[in-house]
Amino acid sequence: MSARILERLRERFGEAVLDTHSFRGDDTAVVAAARILEVAEFLRDEPSIRLDMPVDLTVVDWLAAGREPRFEVVYHFYSTVHKHRLRIKCPLPQAAPSIASVYPVYPGLRWFEREAWDLFGVEFEGHPDLRRMFLPESFVGHPLRKDYPKDKRQPLSRREGMC
Amino acid sequence: MGIEFHTTRIADAIAWARKFSLFTYPFVTACCGMEYMSVAAPKYDIARFGAEFPRFSPRQSDMLFVVGTITEKMGPVLRRVYEQMAEPKWVVAIGACACSGGFYQNYAAMPGCDQTIPVDVYIPGCPPRPEQILDGLMMLMDRIQRREGHSQVRLRAEKESLGKHSAIVVAAPAAGK
Repeated sequence: MSARILERLRERFGEAVLDTHSFRGDDTAVVAAARILEVAEFLRDEPSIRLDMPVDLTVVDWLAAGREPRFEVVYHFYSTVHKHRLRIKCPLPQAAPSIASVYPVYPGLRWFEREAWDLFGVEFEGHPDLRRMFLPESFVGHPLRKDYPKDKRQPLSRREGMC
Repeated sequence: MGIEFHTTRIADAIAWARKFSLFTYPFVTACCGMEYMSVAAPKYDIARFGAEFPRFSPRQSDMLFVVGTITEKMGPVLRRVYEQMAEPKWVVAIGACACSGGFYQNYAAMPGCDQTIPVDVYIPGCPPRPEQILDGLMMLMDRIQRREGHSQVRLRAEKESLGKHSAIVVAAPAAGK
């Protein structure tokens, strides 16, 4: 079923679809980050696809694997109409990990984008309120990046003589 | 000399009263809370030790139970709760996380709540059994009787620094104790 979505995506976006793979009904399309907003709108509005429910947004840091582009934003979508799923991945370079916010298409992802910015430092352009989600505002850095030191401490409060 | 003896006995009597009327503030952040609930419930019955009344308001309590993981973001909150409590006050760290951070060693977890507030009794375990918590409570009661709790020592030092002719030197340390 959703393998057909991958074909539709390729027909529609051509070169912007960098790669696709499909395994036991688990379908993924790797899409150029610059086109994410169009892709999201197409996936939501196309009647035969209707991926109307954003399930998840997360980021992968491929530093340890030495991959460039280093970051990958991963979107998971589900269709409550057709009962199918699709995963979209957008590679982002190490120098300026930045991608358009899909907030205009999927408002439900705005906290997910805040979380991704908080922990991975991926910038979401056009996000209405890109503040830290879980960490204190005074926190420096993005701790889920693989080059963040494991035992680095950023205490907000210590007794005298501590730390 | 006679007066010294007299004041010491009053301090002992006050400490005896205090150790049997502890008002708990349970700062419950994680799974050790289940064991705390068990301790507070009739089966283990913390009321037998005069500490049956969790207040959920720092200003009406004098014993802080830190039950569970304290994160760096939670640290200032815990400290604020401690500062609001009535003097003299005692802190019991319950569980491995509250004692030392437990198995967490990362950007988010504080390595023990004693990083931000002084702790009187540490109860290890992941989670500790209710018997251990009661044992820790009895250790705290001994400590209160000996007037060696952190806040008791600090208050005594503060009062001494006010001058020994001050009218409020009631709980002066026992001379030969």
